[in-house]
Amino acid sequence: MTLPQQAITILLCALGTMLTRFLPFLVFSPKRPTPKYIQYLGKALPGAIFAMLVVYCLRNVNVLQFSYGLPELIAIAVTIGLHLWKRQMLVSIAGGTVCYMLLVQLIF
Amino acid sequence: MHSKSPASAALKAAFPHTIPILAGFLFLGMTYGVFMCTSGFSFWYPMIMSVTIFGGSLEFVATSMLLAPFAPVQVFLAAVMIQARHLFYGISMLDKYKGTGWKKPYLIYAMCDETFSVNYTAEIPDGVDRGWFYFFVTLLDEFYWFAGATLGGLLGRLIRFNTEGLDFVMTAMFVVIFMDQWLKEKRHFSAWIGLAASVACLLLFGADNFLIPTMLCILLALTALRRPIEASQEAAK
Repeated sequence: MTLPQQAITILLCALGTMLTRFLPFLVFSPKRPTPKYIQYLGKALPGAIFAMLVVYCLRNVNVLQFSYGLPELIAIAVTIGLHLWKRQMLVSIAGGTVCYMLLVQLIF
Repeated sequence: MHSKSPASAALKAAFPHTIPILAGFLFLGMTYGVFMCTSGFSFWYPMIMSVTIFGGSLEFVATSMLLAPFAPVQVFLAAVMIQARHLFYGISMLDKYKGTGWKKPYLIYAMCDETFSVNYTAEIPDGVDRGWFYFFVTLLDEFYWFAGATLGGLLGRLIRFNTEGLDFVMTAMFVVIFMDQWLKEKRHFSAWIGLAASVACLLLFGADNFLIPTMLCILLALTALRRPIEASQEAAK
C-alpha cells in the first residue's frame, strides 16, 4: 500500500466510526421533539447494551478448554461480591482485576 | 486553585470515574502500539489512529487492513459494521447531551464504549456542570488511549509485559456498570434481553461476528415488548 492509500484507509475507518457516532444526533435534531419510540429505546437500550458489553469482553473465553473460563467466572464473582458489599466502583474493579491477575499468573 | 470555576470542579468530579479507564486504556493502548510497531509501522501510525479513529477494536482490525491490499469500500463497510453499536449509544445519549453547546460535537466524536458507559450512568454531583463533566470524562479517556498507543508505538519491542490479566480491568468495569444499571431498575427486562441475545448470538455466530445480530435481536425484542416494559417503567416511578 502506498502512503496515500494508507491515509485513505485510516480516514475511511475514522469516517465509518463518525457515521455511527453522529448519525442518531443528526437524524433526531434537538429542535424537533424526538419520536416517542426513540425516547423509549433511549431509556430501554442501556440495560441491554451493558449486558452486551460484558459478553463482548468475554467473547474469546473458551469454556470447553482449560481453564474453562474459571478465572473469569471467579473474578467476576469477586467483582460482584465486592460491589454488593462496598458499593465503591473503584474497589470492586480493582479487586476483581487483581484477583484475575493472580489467578492467571499463579494458578491457571 | 480556582476551585469555583465550573471547569475545574467538573474535572475534579470526573477524574475518579476515569481511573479504571486510565489503567485499562494505558495498558490496552500500549498493547495496540506495540502490536503496530511489531507489524512494522512507525509510532506515527498508532498515534494518529488513536485520535482519529479512537475505537480500540477497529484500530486493531485496521492494522491488518493496512497490511492487506488497498480495498476502500470494504474498509469503510467493515468500519461501520464493527462500530455499529455506537448507534445505540447515540440514541441513549440524545437527551443527556442536549444543551452542551460547543462541547457537543466533541462529546459525540469521541464517544467510545467506556466514555458512553461512564457518562450514561455517572451520578453527577449537585453544583457540577453536566457539560463540563461529560467533556472531561471524554477528554481524559481519549488522552489515556492516545498516550498508551503512542508510548507503545515508541517503545515497541523494548517493553516486557509482566502484566498478564490486566486487561480484565475493562471487563470488571463493565460488570460494575451493568450492576449499577441493574440495581437502579425494578424490572430487568432489558438486561435479560441483552444477556440472552448476546450469549445466543455469540454461540451461533462466533466471537468475530456476533455484535450486529445481537443488536438486531435486542432491537426486535425491545420493540416487541415495548408495552410491558413501558408499563413497568411507569410503575417504577
